[in-house]
Amino acid sequence: MKKSIAGGSGSATGLEVALPRSGAIQPVLTRFLENEGLLAALLLAPTISLLGVFIAYPFVMGVWLSLSSTSVGNPGVFVGVKNFVKAWNDSIFQTAFQNTFYYTFWATILKLALGMWLALLLNRHFRGKRIVRASMLLPFIVPTVLSTFAWRWMFDPTFSVLNWLLYQTGFITTKLPFLSDGTYGMWCAITVNTWRGMPFFAITLLAGLQTISPDLHEAASLDGANGWQRFWRVTWPLLKPVTLVVVVFSIIQTFSDFQLIYVLTGGGPANSTHLVATYAYQIGVATGLLGEGAAISLFMLPVLFIVVWAQLRYLRRLEGA
Amino acid sequence: MKTPERNEAARKTSVVTRRTFLKGSATAGVAAAAGLEGMLQARRAPAHAQGTRLNILRWVDFIPACDVELKRQAGDASKALGAEVVFEFINANDLQPRITAAMQASTGPDIIMMLHNWPHLYQNGIVDVTDLADWQGKDQGGYYGQSEAAAKVGRQWMALPHGIVGLQMAYRKSWFNEVGATSWPKTLEELRQVGIKLKKKGKPIGQTLGHTFGDAPAWSYPLMWNFGGAETNRDGKAALDTKETVESVKFMQAFWKDACDEGGLAWDDTNNNRAFLSGEIACTLNGASIYIAAKRGQDKIKDDKGEPMVRDIDHGPIPSGPAGSVAYHVAFSHAVMKYGKNQKLAKDFLKWLHGKEQFGKWFQVADGFSVGSTKFWEQSPLWTTIDPPMKIYRQAAASSRMFGYAGPPSAKATEVYSKYIIVDMYAKAVQGMKAEDAVKWAAGELQKIYG
Repeated sequence: MKKSIAGGSGSATGLEVALPRSGAIQPVLTRFLENEGLLAALLLAPTISLLGVFIAYPFVMGVWLSLSSTSVGNPGVFVGVKNFVKAWNDSIFQTAFQNTFYYTFWATILKLALGMWLALLLNRHFRGKRIVRASMLLPFIVPTVLSTFAWRWMFDPTFSVLNWLLYQTGFITTKLPFLSDGTYGMWCAITVNTWRGMPFFAITLLAGLQTISPDLHEAASLDGANGWQRFWRVTWPLLKPVTLVVVVFSIIQTFSDFQLIYVLTGGGPANSTHLVATYAYQIGVATGLLGEGAAISLFMLPVLFIVVWAQLRYLRRLEGA
Repeated sequence: MKTPERNEAARKTSVVTRRTFLKGSATAGVAAAAGLEGMLQARRAPAHAQGTRLNILRWVDFIPACDVELKRQAGDASKALGAEVVFEFINANDLQPRITAAMQASTGPDIIMMLHNWPHLYQNGIVDVTDLADWQGKDQGGYYGQSEAAAKVGRQWMALPHGIVGLQMAYRKSWFNEVGATSWPKTLEELRQVGIKLKKKGKPIGQTLGHTFGDAPAWSYPLMWNFGGAETNRDGKAALDTKETVESVKFMQAFWKDACDEGGLAWDDTNNNRAFLSGEIACTLNGASIYIAAKRGQDKIKDDKGEPMVRDIDHGPIPSGPAGSVAYHVAFSHAVMKYGKNQKLAKDFLKWLHGKEQFGKWFQVADGFSVGSTKFWEQSPLWTTIDPPMKIYRQAAASSRMFGYAGPPSAKATEVYSKYIIVDMYAKAVQGMKAEDAVKWAAGELQKIYG
């Protein structure tokens, strides 16, 4: 079959008869297209080009910048790992690095817990559930910058509506320093990130929940399992692969978060809410020290690589089991 | 209605032919020297300018009418230069990222507004405009030291000084009177004492210590200087860790706790304007935009008695510390970008825009918010008719220091500014870090930069 379609020897095949001949080009083109290796390369070329231009090139460029003394308007020279050493000894970088872990850890935990809770609720049957499910995605759909601006207004040091509400209801007697205190500022950022990312968890977990056969729950109920036992023994093991994928995505996005912090706190007060990405931006783009900025941003790479590798490995083991 | 003289002048200019224009240009020297005058005389754009577009990137002005005036002037400039002149206005805090992006990509606006001493940092990507700066200096009475420190790198002018925004302390006269301050405090300690009483009445002083381009450094640097602290010594080496700097930080800690709205740690340059105009704070360091906004919106912006708030606003300088009273006023300039394909046109445009006629119109609209980069503008008739609280801005630019003091202006000073190290030194201290430790931290960061 393959031979007759290929028609490489020039024998008359159905395919060759069907196609119009155009001189000597036709057999060459046919031979070319029928070479699996070449055809695969041809079909992959657009994707590879896109990946090369938009991912590989910037990545390689970033690595080169991090190893050079490049600053704005100055091409720079190779300086080895000097920028990495400088960043490692930089107290603001150390703060930003710790903040990034803290922010990612708590935001992911909260998104997972609340997202799971929401997914379980939405998995029930109730009136108007489609509208509720759709509207739940709103925080995820609204552009981050826009929603974060709204939150910034709510946390405004002078005109915070939250402070006003808490004051009017008698919960506080003085304003809470939402964005003007480092700890408060960080928790404000975690709150906004959770608010924004939770729907992604909820919807994905909901999709996972809906693949679990109700029969399993019924069987567990008949065996006398209570709600918690059904969740822990039936739902959770079946939902674990989906959960891990969502968590991996979330860690990647949260660890490299930029927009939210940039708009909400700008890294302040006094660098106390800087993340690696925002600090890299301040050094590389705002201050123009591109080499140092690139080195700072590359500190994210090994951390994310290890996290992703470990989780995917665990996932494979789960799938194998 | 045109006068006969004007008609005659118009007739004379309208009959200037291309030949006359070329002749005129040749007589005056090369086209570079006389290009703009030639164009204006000929009422015709040079061939190179026709069909081209000149993009200018500036901040969103705190006086919106200034941007409106520039847009209006863009229309006139387009006719005069034969090129489409387009202004783009963005948040001042986003200017530096835009400059970096444009320089690295070698594409973007032809002219970019520079704040502070940024021309030092971006000197490799901008065009030497010494010829224009020399012309402007001679034409307009000589530069303020602040303009020169901001835009002159070594012997070359890397940007053309445009204006200086003076920063003074706006305050509510009646509220100060209520706590016994019938005149503006002469020393920082007096200001703190007044602030203590004001804060007890729920009307604190408001000051940003956030990562924002203007008000935060304009408060932090003078505070350091007025106690005798400095970033560097005269040789440009780091010299921050001194008893004087520690004293300034200790003052700030007390001032912050006793007299200020502690939310200021998260403020940008606009928050204090809003807080002041809504009656939340009694005093703040700012450009004249608060006063001008209160004046232009006096139908809406009222004080607690329902009177226009503008009548209750006055300005005072940053009070003296143990080492005197020095301020920081923000210098603005325009840089022609090296990657630009229309550098000649850009320079022609800047000569047009910075000339007495055009700048004078813009200066009038700014109403004292932005003063000239040269001393000529101190003599403007504007100052004779301006409201008394605004007169303090007239010569303010003369009493300013530049970042990096006591060393020479440099890109390193811009780096320190861009990293907000001096601002953060105070911000860390008011959040609880010991004054000595905050200074040590900042001194360590400066050591890495200045050596």
